[in-house]
Amino acid sequence: MNFPESLKYTSHDEWVSITDGVATIGITEYAQDQLGELVHVELPKVGRQVAAGDVVCEVESVKAVAEVYAPLAGKVTEANARLADAAEAINQDPYGSWIYRIAITDADQLSSLMDAATYRAKIGK
Amino acid sequence: MTDLRRTPFHARHVAAGARMVPFAGWDMPVQYRGISGEHNAVRTAVGLFDVSHMGEIRVRGPRAADALQWLLSNDVAKLEPGQAQYNGLCNHQGGMVDDVFAYRVGPEDYLVCVNASNRDKDFAWFSEHLPHRDRCTLVDEGDDWAQVAIQGPRGVEVTAALTDVDVTALGRHRFVLATFAGVAGCIVARTGYTGEDGFEVFVPSARAEPVWDRILEVGGPFGIEPIGLGARDTLRLEAGNVLYGHEIDDDTSPLQAKLGWITKLKKAGGFLGSDAIAARRETDVTRLASLSFDGKRIARDGMTVLADGRAVGRVTSGTLGPFVGHPVALVLVEKALSAIGTPLTVDVRGNEAQGVVVESFYKRS
Repeated sequence: MNFPESLKYTSHDEWVSITDGVATIGITEYAQDQLGELVHVELPKVGRQVAAGDVVCEVESVKAVAEVYAPLAGKVTEANARLADAAEAINQDPYGSWIYRIAITDADQLSSLMDAATYRAKIGK
Repeated sequence: MTDLRRTPFHARHVAAGARMVPFAGWDMPVQYRGISGEHNAVRTAVGLFDVSHMGEIRVRGPRAADALQWLLSNDVAKLEPGQAQYNGLCNHQGGMVDDVFAYRVGPEDYLVCVNASNRDKDFAWFSEHLPHRDRCTLVDEGDDWAQVAIQGPRGVEVTAALTDVDVTALGRHRFVLATFAGVAGCIVARTGYTGEDGFEVFVPSARAEPVWDRILEVGGPFGIEPIGLGARDTLRLEAGNVLYGHEIDDDTSPLQAKLGWITKLKKAGGFLGSDAIAARRETDVTRLASLSFDGKRIARDGMTVLADGRAVGRVTSGTLGPFVGHPVALVLVEKALSAIGTPLTVDVRGNEAQGVVVESFYKRS
């Protein structure tokens, strides 16, 4: 499985990319493989304030639902509307299919995220 | 966790890269290439299922028919040798111990196929409540039989190519004793749980292992592929078939679960639970309904069903229907709201999914 070195990872199997104080969040290749074919993404509301660890939205496969958490505190600035009718894009390209973006309010929380090697070790891949 | 049991085909599933999960004490394949693809292969071509985890109870003897007529809800007296019949196994309160299939193998010989999750419970129930025990015998044959299901529009061609007798003319719920895939002493039945034409084959477990690859080989030209328990569940749900532990359980009457067609309250002498079922007919307030959705949100087992904002029942099973292409759910709701065309809402983790009660989600053409 592929876990790009350029990304950070969470214990809930999200990937995080940070640029200019904005975190872009999706789910990892491992997460989509565990869930199977995704059929629905319940996108978060833009403008919502979230704390690190809050449930922000859900991704759903034929047989399972997974909650997507906020890795960092901040305000949801964008949701990927393209996924509303194409949840399967996450299966096809998990790192190209971001789910939502957060304007980060506390940069100190970045240290809680894992690098690719640590994440790989955690999931045993 | 205790050691999981393995069917004779376990190594085949692992070799094929199936995702294995614990189910009713067995290590079973939940999916191979993916639930939707497997599901649609069964709807459009043919699929092969390992259902060896199912239990089998043998009832033999001069009073076997009478004994089963008392214990089971359908009219077992109507069964001729070579016929199979769907039945409820009910308790004294009118709930369901299980749903089972009874096969009349010979004049005084019946095989009852039971859910894997209920195998021990059902055998204990039979042991305690089967009447005429001086004139019939009871054997748990769950370890003696492997079972495969070959389901889908091309299932008959695959099964015919593997069986030494003609199965193409076999009627629904009829079976033959035959040599199947080179193994003598198999029961080849035109039954299934998927909503498609197809067969379920009981194979003596000691000789079953090579059968799996043989079916895939012979079925190859017909497009056969192995199907996991995930698609087995979405197929049965799309077809509106009930599952013990979801639509039916020890508290739910077969009439609530829309199983009146296998609940023969008027058969001579009644059956265990028939009086309670009759008495509950007026007092049970809920009834099963099929809820179809246009939107994307998927109602799941346990979610609350609402009508005009009021809680009126719960979801017993829900999924995206991979073939019909929209979410479907079976729901247990207030009787008056189970009528076809009734709009009902499901609370999907705080969001509403708007559905409508339908007659069925899918009927094969």
